[in-house]
Amino acid sequence: MLRYLTGRLLRAVLTIFLVITFAFFVLHLSGDPAMMILSADAPPESIKAFRAAWGLDRPLWVQYLAYVWNALHGDLGNSMRDGRPALQLVLERVPATLAITVPAFLLKLTIGIPAGIYAALHRNSLTDRLTMMVSVAGFTVPSFVLALVLVLVFSVQLGWLPSAGRDSATSAILPIVTLGIAGAAILARFTRSAMLEVLGQPYIRAASAKGLQWRKVVVQHALPNAAIPTTTIVGFMVGTLIAGAVVVESVFAWPGIGRLLVSSVSNRDLAVVQVILLLVAATMVTANIIVDVIYGWLDPRLRRGSRAR
Amino acid sequence: MIALLEVSNLARAYDVRRGRWPFAKPATLHAVDGVSFELPAGRTLGLVGESGCGKTTTAKLVLGLVPVSAGEVRVGGEALPAAHSPNWRALRRRMQMVYQDPLGALDRRLSVGRQVIEPLVIHGLGSAAERHEKALAMLDAVGLAQHHFDRFPHELSGGQRQRIVLARALMLDPQLLVCDEPISALDVSIQAQVVNLLLALQQKLGLAYLFISHDLRMVRQVSHEVAVMYLGRIVEQGDPDHLFATPAHPYTQALVSAIPTHARAKKRRIVLPGEPPNPVDRPAGCAFHPRCPHAVERCRIETPVLRTLADGRRAACHLAEQIA
Amino acid sequence: MAGSTRVCAGEAVRVRRFFEAWPPLTLLALGWIALMVIVALGADFFAPYSFTALDLRARLHPPVFMGGTWAHPLGSDELGRDVLSRLIMSIQLSLLIAFFGTMIAAAFGTAMGFVAAHFRGKVEAMILMLIDFQASMPFLIIALAVLAFFGNNLPLFVMLMGLNSWERYARIARGLTLSANEQGYAAAVRQLGASNLRVYGLHVLPNIASTLIVSMTITFPETILLESGLSFLGLGVQPPLTSLGNMVGYGREYLTRAPWIMLSPAAVIVLSTLSISIVGDWLRDRLDPTLR
Repeated sequence: MLRYLTGRLLRAVLTIFLVITFAFFVLHLSGDPAMMILSADAPPESIKAFRAAWGLDRPLWVQYLAYVWNALHGDLGNSMRDGRPALQLVLERVPATLAITVPAFLLKLTIGIPAGIYAALHRNSLTDRLTMMVSVAGFTVPSFVLALVLVLVFSVQLGWLPSAGRDSATSAILPIVTLGIAGAAILARFTRSAMLEVLGQPYIRAASAKGLQWRKVVVQHALPNAAIPTTTIVGFMVGTLIAGAVVVESVFAWPGIGRLLVSSVSNRDLAVVQVILLLVAATMVTANIIVDVIYGWLDPRLRRGSRAR
Repeated sequence: MIALLEVSNLARAYDVRRGRWPFAKPATLHAVDGVSFELPAGRTLGLVGESGCGKTTTAKLVLGLVPVSAGEVRVGGEALPAAHSPNWRALRRRMQMVYQDPLGALDRRLSVGRQVIEPLVIHGLGSAAERHEKALAMLDAVGLAQHHFDRFPHELSGGQRQRIVLARALMLDPQLLVCDEPISALDVSIQAQVVNLLLALQQKLGLAYLFISHDLRMVRQVSHEVAVMYLGRIVEQGDPDHLFATPAHPYTQALVSAIPTHARAKKRRIVLPGEPPNPVDRPAGCAFHPRCPHAVERCRIETPVLRTLADGRRAACHLAEQIA
Repeated sequence: MAGSTRVCAGEAVRVRRFFEAWPPLTLLALGWIALMVIVALGADFFAPYSFTALDLRARLHPPVFMGGTWAHPLGSDELGRDVLSRLIMSIQLSLLIAFFGTMIAAAFGTAMGFVAAHFRGKVEAMILMLIDFQASMPFLIIALAVLAFFGNNLPLFVMLMGLNSWERYARIARGLTLSANEQGYAAAVRQLGASNLRVYGLHVLPNIASTLIVSMTITFPETILLESGLSFLGLGVQPPLTSLGNMVGYGREYLTRAPWIMLSPAAVIVLSTLSISIVGDWLRDRLDPTLR
């Protein structure tokens, strides 16, 4: 198991480096980094200072190393908007994003997984078909459409909930529900197929043939095995806690990272974009490691470190 | 007379690492280590041994699919060209391969007839009509009917598929067929039929076979000469009947004793201690010595060479005379 | 009397069999897709007005079924432009972008998969690393980053759409090619002396085509969603060009007063992605029942 984890850790570090390298190359391919990050009408002294700080007149591989060093410290320049360090700006927005993504994530889990399991256990029943129809909507309806429809119904027609901003206590409800529903639908469908695959296995039939109560068969045999693939997608959802609300935040004018990213892209405020990119990468990679650790614990084949020869 | 196939001191080693950790110690896997034999035209050499002894690697080396680490393969007196080079491709017309899994070796989307014709298409031989005719003739030669031409692989039985693979291999009129476990995937009743077909074709077309198998009885039936491999080396070689009746090498003795027979007065079966070792961790000296009931000190140190014994058999054992 | 009942029973069986092979939902989905393709191909012909034609006297007219006139069957927007015409042009552009994006992703991904499976070793390791990287980051973020750095122009945007999900094709192509190469038909044909072009072009590609096509029915809707999302945010298709996403984006401001501006493109997006998913599921069951 230790060997398995060390391998995964190595992979995670490699991915982060890959992202940093990717950002470095895209930055250099698209133009002069100093001009891009500082903006065209910055005073020549600050451009010179920037060049020195980033070593832009030194050979490329030196620049790369400097970039990597800076990236690992989160120092990728100041935002064009207000001159503050991009990292600070981004980190300020994190709580706002988490305020909607975390509850949405819990919503996804508490609705999606049970729905999927129920649908799998009562295959082809009315509830199953309904759940599947609703869940199909989850990945065919874009989040902005869902958001706008909800706003249309609940804000415009019914007037119950505010349609934008973070002013009142109820502002968060619509964004959370939008994120939650879409994710729950996807999770339900996925859980259902994982469960169906497990339930179709011979050992399930063997367990119930042994005379074990169906409920125990499900709880002791089916669920733990279905948990393994489900963990992957839940892990992915955890990874997108920071990045997954870009569109929703824009629709609801929610002051989080997603909205910051969109405005930074429009303004080409590259320092901020880089920081967000790296932050997202770091989150995804961390989530993957956690998933790998859980896998290592859940899957006895990995726990005992058996080698298939 | 130059033999059709001459193999001398063939060796193939792979660099491997123990475990997946990038800093693990590198090691060498000697898949094939010093194999030599000759195969005259129209004869069959049977190659037997357990999984991992290097039989399939030898087959690949002979066909030129894998480059040699040492030694030489000569076909008709000429050295093998590099794999997939134009000369190598031209050589395909002299030597072909028959596979273990006939379903996997066939493209499931194309009719078997088209696949039988394909070798001619690849090498640009004959007109369309001539190719079609030859394919039909070949189907007949392997014992299939004309209507099988348009069938698809999954519509045929295992035995029929293997016949198709055979037909396809013979379309280029090769002189040598390397058969790598050609019958292990088939039902026992079909195995005999396919083996008979192979023998008939050998008679008719003068084919030479390198017949690789772990099924000793089959090998005995088809081969003019048998070589037993263990961990990449040939440990015994000789006439099949002679070899199976009175094996000289301890390993062969154990193999032969394990053949199920219904003879009442069966000799006690020799059970070898231990497991077949990892080809990466080959024991020093004679590779077989950890499991050999007759091993002595010399076996630990000195690797025996394949030498001819007094009665004409060849075995790689220091104590061959005493054991027999 | 008995004779006619038997005839009716025979008819019923044939009808049932027809619907077993072609489930009604799939037929509807195929019908919608056909409609979209026809509209996309003949957009200039079908649109009653030019999509940029302003008519400031006919601003924010409701659609026909909400009290409007047939002059603007789906209503008009804030500049008097006909929603139906804009919708038709948007369908054309969005579908074109999604089509080219999917084709690029499929071609690139499959080629990478082939290269990885053919050369093995370091080349394969590198390609696997790229696949992992692509799979581990949400593509929306990568797309936004590239758009930030390079600015926005249509060809770049289409290329970007082409990079969405290439890794899925690469994985499939690599996996299936590996098994074909190892002990399979690809090794056999190569052993017969076939050139690599023949092996990959005539044998491997046709065999993996059905799996790839099923993947396309998954990535095509994803590309539509990606493009419309980016266009909605104002970062995708730029005016004066109109796409389904940016119609929804413009319609958002008039959500209270003129919801139809946003609802028709939204409906088209949903119905299109839904139809392709349904057809994809049906294709998957049809082409290879062992696939799941």
